[in-house]
Amino acid sequence: MTEPDAPPPATHDLGGALRFRCTPVEPDEAPPDAFGKRVDALRQLLGQKGLMTVDEMRRCIEAIPEAEYHALGYYERWLRAISALMVEKGVLAAEDLGP
Amino acid sequence: MAAPPRAESLVLLERFVTALKAKGVVTEAEIETQITRTDRASPEIGARMVARAWTDPAYRALLLSNGSAAAEAEGVSMAGMPPLGVLEDTETLHHLVVCTLCSCYPRAVLGYPPHWYKSAAYRARAVRDPRGVLAEWGTVLPAGMEVRVVDSTADYRWMVLPRRPAGTEGWDAQRLAAIVTRDHLVGVALPRTP
Repeated sequence: MTEPDAPPPATHDLGGALRFRCTPVEPDEAPPDAFGKRVDALRQLLGQKGLMTVDEMRRCIEAIPEAEYHALGYYERWLRAISALMVEKGVLAAEDLGP
Repeated sequence: MAAPPRAESLVLLERFVTALKAKGVVTEAEIETQITRTDRASPEIGARMVARAWTDPAYRALLLSNGSAAAEAEGVSMAGMPPLGVLEDTETLHHLVVCTLCSCYPRAVLGYPPHWYKSAAYRARAVRDPRGVLAEWGTVLPAGMEVRVVDSTADYRWMVLPRRPAGTEGWDAQRLAAIVTRDHLVGVALPRTP
Protein backbone atom coordinates (compact mmCIF):
# COMPACT_ATOMS: atom_id res chain seq x y z
CA MET A 1 0.00 0.00 0.00
CA THR A 2 1.13 3.54 -0.72
CA GLU A 3 2.18 5.58 2.28
CA PRO A 4 -0.09 8.62 2.85
CA ASP A 5 2.72 11.09 2.17
CA ALA A 6 4.23 9.22 -0.77
CA PRO A 7 4.15 10.98 -4.13
CA PRO A 8 1.40 9.76 -6.46
CA PRO A 9 2.50 6.90 -8.70
CA ALA A 10 3.61 7.67 -12.25
CA THR A 11 1.01 7.44 -15.01
CA HIS A 12 2.09 4.02 -16.21
CA ASP A 13 2.37 2.56 -12.70
CA LEU A 14 -1.16 1.13 -12.61
CA GLY A 15 -0.74 -1.75 -10.16
CA GLY A 16 -3.58 -1.46 -7.65
CA ALA A 17 -4.80 1.90 -9.03
CA LEU A 18 -8.15 2.47 -7.35
CA ARG A 19 -9.79 4.36 -10.19
CA PHE A 20 -10.01 1.12 -12.18
CA ARG A 21 -11.35 -1.00 -9.37
CA CYS A 22 -14.86 -1.19 -10.86
CA THR A 23 -13.76 -1.43 -14.50
CA PRO A 24 -14.26 -4.91 -15.92
CA VAL A 25 -11.47 -6.33 -18.03
CA GLU A 26 -12.48 -6.17 -21.69
CA PRO A 27 -12.25 -9.74 -23.00
CA ASP A 28 -10.58 -8.85 -26.28
CA GLU A 29 -8.57 -11.72 -27.75
CA ALA A 30 -8.05 -10.26 -31.24
CA PRO A 31 -4.48 -10.19 -32.53
CA PRO A 32 -2.99 -6.76 -33.29
CA ASP A 33 -4.22 -5.09 -36.48
CA ALA A 34 -1.90 -4.33 -39.41
CA PHE A 35 -0.90 -1.01 -37.81
CA GLY A 36 0.03 -2.71 -34.55
CA LYS A 37 1.99 -5.47 -36.22
CA ARG A 38 3.97 -2.98 -38.26
CA VAL A 39 4.83 -0.85 -35.23
CA ASP A 40 5.74 -4.00 -33.31
CA ALA A 41 8.05 -5.16 -36.13
CA LEU A 42 9.75 -1.75 -36.31
CA ARG A 43 10.30 -1.79 -32.57
CA GLN A 44 12.01 -5.18 -32.82
CA LEU A 45 14.10 -4.21 -35.85
CA LEU A 46 15.36 -0.98 -34.26
CA GLY A 47 16.31 -2.98 -31.18
CA GLN A 48 18.10 -5.65 -33.21
CA LYS A 49 20.04 -2.98 -35.07
CA GLY A 50 21.30 -1.53 -31.81
CA LEU A 51 19.47 1.78 -32.31
CA MET A 52 17.24 1.45 -29.26
CA THR A 53 16.94 -0.49 -26.01
CA VAL A 54 13.74 -1.57 -24.29
CA ASP A 55 14.52 0.79 -21.41
CA GLU A 56 14.89 3.77 -23.74
CA MET A 57 11.57 2.91 -25.30
CA ARG A 58 9.97 2.58 -21.88
CA ARG A 59 11.26 5.99 -20.86
CA CYS A 60 9.61 7.53 -23.91
CA ILE A 61 6.29 5.71 -23.35
CA GLU A 62 6.28 6.64 -19.68
CA ALA A 63 6.92 10.29 -20.56
CA ILE A 64 3.64 10.58 -22.48
CA PRO A 65 1.35 12.97 -20.57
CA GLU A 66 -1.38 11.16 -18.63
CA ALA A 67 -4.39 12.29 -20.68
CA GLU A 68 -2.73 11.21 -23.91
CA TYR A 69 -1.39 8.03 -22.36
CA HIS A 70 -4.93 6.79 -21.78
CA ALA A 71 -6.36 8.24 -25.01
CA LEU A 72 -3.79 6.65 -27.29
CA GLY A 73 -4.00 3.00 -28.25
CA TYR A 74 -1.25 0.65 -27.15
CA TYR A 75 0.66 0.58 -30.43
CA GLU A 76 0.02 4.31 -30.90
CA ARG A 77 1.95 4.87 -27.67
CA TRP A 78 4.72 2.65 -28.99
CA LEU A 79 4.88 4.56 -32.26
CA ARG A 80 5.01 7.89 -30.45
CA ALA A 81 7.84 6.58 -28.28
CA ILE A 82 10.04 4.99 -30.92
CA SER A 83 9.64 7.80 -33.44
CA ALA A 84 10.50 10.42 -30.79
CA LEU A 85 13.48 8.32 -29.77
CA MET A 86 14.85 8.14 -33.31
CA VAL A 87 14.68 11.95 -33.51
CA GLU A 88 16.27 12.32 -30.08
CA LYS A 89 19.13 10.08 -31.19
CA GLY A 90 19.64 11.92 -34.46
CA VAL A 91 18.74 8.90 -36.60
CA LEU A 92 15.92 10.98 -38.08
CA ALA A 93 15.27 14.71 -38.19
CA ALA A 94 12.15 16.14 -36.57
CA GLU A 95 11.01 17.36 -39.99
CA ASP A 96 11.02 13.77 -41.27
CA LEU A 97 8.02 13.05 -39.08
CA GLY A 98 5.88 16.02 -39.98
CA PRO A 99 5.64 19.73 -40.43
CA MET B 1 -12.28 -4.14 -28.99
CA ALA B 2 -9.09 -2.16 -29.14
CA ALA B 3 -9.86 1.13 -30.86
CA PRO B 4 -8.43 1.45 -34.38
CA PRO B 5 -5.48 3.82 -34.72
CA ARG B 6 -6.32 7.45 -35.33
CA ALA B 7 -5.71 9.00 -38.74
CA GLU B 8 -2.79 11.04 -37.38
CA SER B 9 -1.13 7.86 -36.12
CA LEU B 10 -1.45 6.25 -39.54
CA VAL B 11 0.18 9.34 -41.05
CA LEU B 12 2.96 9.29 -38.45
CA LEU B 13 3.64 5.60 -39.15
CA GLU B 14 3.82 6.24 -42.88
CA ARG B 15 6.23 9.17 -42.41
CA PHE B 16 8.32 7.23 -39.90
CA VAL B 17 8.71 4.19 -42.16
CA THR B 18 9.41 6.34 -45.22
CA ALA B 19 12.13 8.24 -43.34
CA LEU B 20 13.71 5.07 -41.92
CA LYS B 21 13.80 3.54 -45.40
CA ALA B 22 15.24 6.73 -46.93
CA LYS B 23 18.08 6.67 -44.40
CA GLY B 24 18.72 3.00 -45.10
CA VAL B 25 17.76 1.96 -41.57
CA VAL B 26 15.11 -0.61 -42.52
CA THR B 27 13.71 -2.14 -45.69
CA GLU B 28 10.16 -3.23 -46.43
CA ALA B 29 11.41 -6.82 -46.73
CA GLU B 30 12.84 -6.68 -43.20
CA ILE B 31 9.55 -5.40 -41.83
CA GLU B 32 7.58 -8.13 -43.59
CA THR B 33 9.99 -10.83 -42.41
CA GLN B 34 9.80 -9.57 -38.84
CA ILE B 35 5.99 -9.59 -38.89
CA THR B 36 5.95 -13.15 -40.28
CA ARG B 37 8.40 -14.29 -37.61
CA THR B 38 6.45 -12.63 -34.80
CA ASP B 39 3.17 -14.10 -36.08
CA ARG B 40 4.63 -17.59 -35.75
CA ALA B 41 4.87 -17.50 -31.94
CA SER B 42 1.61 -18.51 -30.29
CA PRO B 43 0.30 -19.97 -27.03
CA GLU B 44 0.54 -23.40 -28.67
CA ILE B 45 4.25 -23.32 -27.87
CA GLY B 46 3.63 -22.69 -24.18
CA ALA B 47 0.90 -25.33 -24.19
CA ARG B 48 3.33 -27.85 -25.65
CA MET B 49 5.84 -27.04 -22.91
CA VAL B 50 3.21 -27.52 -20.21
CA ALA B 51 2.00 -30.83 -21.67
CA ARG B 52 5.55 -32.09 -21.89
CA ALA B 53 6.17 -31.10 -18.27
CA TRP B 54 3.02 -33.01 -17.26
CA THR B 55 4.32 -36.18 -18.90
CA ASP B 56 8.11 -35.92 -18.49
CA PRO B 57 9.51 -35.32 -14.98
CA ALA B 58 12.98 -34.40 -16.24
CA TYR B 59 11.50 -31.76 -18.54
CA ARG B 60 9.31 -30.49 -15.71
CA ALA B 61 12.41 -30.00 -13.57
CA LEU B 62 14.13 -28.13 -16.40
CA LEU B 63 11.05 -25.98 -17.04
CA LEU B 64 10.85 -24.91 -13.41
CA SER B 65 14.57 -24.30 -12.96
CA ASN B 66 15.30 -22.63 -16.31
CA GLY B 67 12.32 -21.70 -18.44
CA SER B 68 14.48 -20.26 -21.22
CA ALA B 69 16.40 -23.53 -21.58
CA ALA B 70 13.11 -25.45 -21.57
CA ALA B 71 11.83 -23.19 -24.37
CA GLU B 72 15.02 -23.77 -26.36
CA ALA B 73 14.50 -27.52 -25.84
CA GLU B 74 11.15 -27.05 -27.64
CA GLY B 75 12.91 -25.40 -30.56
CA VAL B 76 12.23 -21.79 -29.59
CA SER B 77 15.09 -19.32 -30.01
CA MET B 78 15.42 -17.27 -26.83
CA ALA B 79 18.43 -15.30 -28.10
CA GLY B 80 18.13 -11.68 -27.06
CA MET B 81 14.99 -12.41 -25.01
CA PRO B 82 14.72 -11.69 -21.31
CA PRO B 83 14.80 -14.84 -19.15
CA LEU B 84 11.61 -16.88 -18.85
CA GLY B 85 10.51 -17.99 -15.40
CA VAL B 86 7.83 -20.64 -14.86
CA LEU B 87 5.53 -20.62 -11.83
CA GLU B 88 4.34 -23.98 -10.56
CA ASP B 89 0.72 -24.15 -9.41
CA THR B 90 0.05 -26.60 -6.58
CA GLU B 91 -2.96 -27.89 -4.66
CA THR B 92 -2.73 -24.86 -2.40
CA LEU B 93 -1.17 -22.16 -4.58
CA HIS B 94 -2.38 -20.48 -7.75
CA HIS B 95 -0.33 -18.01 -9.81
CA LEU B 96 -1.54 -15.05 -11.84
CA VAL B 97 0.78 -13.08 -14.13
CA VAL B 98 0.41 -9.36 -14.88
CA CYS B 99 2.64 -6.54 -16.06
CA THR B 100 1.48 -3.61 -13.96
CA LEU B 101 3.77 -1.12 -15.73
CA CYS B 102 2.88 -2.01 -19.31
CA SER B 103 2.74 -5.32 -21.16
CA CYS B 104 5.81 -7.49 -20.50
CA TYR B 105 4.90 -10.98 -21.62
CA PRO B 106 6.81 -14.14 -22.64
CA ARG B 107 6.18 -13.46 -26.31
CA ALA B 108 8.58 -16.12 -27.57
CA VAL B 109 6.35 -18.85 -26.14
CA LEU B 110 2.92 -17.13 -26.02
CA GLY B 111 2.93 -14.79 -29.02
CA TYR B 112 1.49 -11.28 -28.93
CA PRO B 113 -0.01 -10.30 -25.58
CA PRO B 114 -3.80 -9.99 -25.89
CA HIS B 115 -5.42 -6.59 -25.61
CA TRP B 116 -6.88 -7.33 -22.18
CA TYR B 117 -3.45 -8.13 -20.73
CA LYS B 118 -2.33 -4.61 -21.68
CA SER B 119 -5.49 -2.89 -20.45
CA ALA B 120 -5.48 -0.45 -17.54
CA ALA B 121 -8.20 -2.46 -15.78
CA TYR B 122 -6.25 -5.72 -15.83
CA ARG B 123 -2.99 -4.07 -14.80
CA ALA B 124 -4.65 -2.16 -11.96
CA ARG B 125 -6.91 -4.90 -10.64
CA ALA B 126 -4.82 -8.06 -11.00
CA VAL B 127 -2.80 -7.06 -7.95
CA ARG B 128 -5.59 -5.51 -5.87
CA ASP B 129 -8.44 -7.89 -6.59
CA PRO B 130 -7.04 -11.00 -8.28
CA ARG B 131 -10.02 -13.17 -7.32
CA GLY B 132 -12.40 -10.59 -8.77
CA VAL B 133 -10.44 -10.62 -12.01
CA LEU B 134 -10.41 -14.42 -12.09
CA ALA B 135 -14.18 -14.43 -11.59
CA GLU B 136 -14.57 -12.50 -14.84
CA TRP B 137 -13.09 -15.52 -16.59
CA GLY B 138 -15.44 -17.75 -14.61
CA THR B 139 -12.52 -18.98 -12.55
CA VAL B 140 -13.40 -19.67 -8.92
CA LEU B 141 -10.58 -21.11 -6.84
CA PRO B 142 -11.28 -23.57 -4.04
CA ALA B 143 -11.51 -22.04 -0.57
CA GLY B 144 -8.13 -21.86 1.10
CA MET B 145 -6.13 -21.69 -2.09
CA GLU B 146 -3.53 -18.95 -1.94
CA VAL B 147 -3.17 -16.64 -4.94
CA ARG B 148 0.24 -15.29 -5.79
CA VAL B 149 0.33 -12.47 -8.33
CA VAL B 150 3.63 -12.11 -10.17
CA ASP B 151 4.66 -8.99 -12.05
CA SER B 152 6.37 -9.64 -15.39
CA THR B 153 9.00 -7.02 -16.11
CA ALA B 154 11.19 -5.84 -18.95
CA ASP B 155 13.96 -7.98 -17.47
CA TYR B 156 12.10 -11.18 -16.52
CA ARG B 157 9.02 -12.76 -18.05
CA TRP B 158 6.71 -15.27 -16.39
CA MET B 159 4.45 -18.12 -17.43
CA VAL B 160 2.31 -20.42 -15.28
CA LEU B 161 2.62 -24.20 -15.13
CA PRO B 162 -0.97 -25.10 -14.20
CA ARG B 163 -1.95 -28.37 -12.55
CA ARG B 164 -2.83 -31.24 -14.80
CA PRO B 165 -6.59 -31.70 -14.59
CA ALA B 166 -8.09 -34.89 -13.22
CA GLY B 167 -9.48 -37.23 -15.85
CA THR B 168 -6.47 -36.93 -18.16
CA GLU B 169 -4.68 -40.03 -16.91
CA GLY B 170 -3.04 -41.89 -19.76
CA TRP B 171 -3.28 -38.97 -22.21
CA ASP B 172 -0.20 -38.32 -24.30
CA ALA B 173 1.49 -34.91 -24.50
CA GLN B 174 -0.17 -33.99 -27.79
CA ARG B 175 -3.65 -34.59 -26.43
CA LEU B 176 -2.81 -32.72 -23.24
CA ALA B 177 -1.40 -29.72 -25.12
CA ALA B 178 -4.72 -29.33 -26.91
CA ILE B 179 -6.52 -28.47 -23.65
CA VAL B 180 -4.02 -25.79 -22.57
CA THR B 181 -4.76 -22.22 -23.62
CA ARG B 182 -3.19 -18.81 -23.25
CA ASP B 183 -5.55 -18.05 -20.34
CA HIS B 184 -4.11 -21.01 -18.40
CA LEU B 185 -0.54 -19.90 -19.10
CA VAL B 186 -1.27 -16.41 -17.75
CA GLY B 187 -3.26 -17.83 -14.86
CA VAL B 188 -6.72 -16.32 -15.43
CA ALA B 189 -8.25 -19.76 -16.00
CA LEU B 190 -7.58 -23.40 -15.17
CA PRO B 191 -7.30 -26.24 -17.66
CA ARG B 192 -10.13 -28.74 -17.54
CA THR B 193 -11.12 -31.84 -19.41
CA PRO B 194 -13.49 -31.07 -22.27
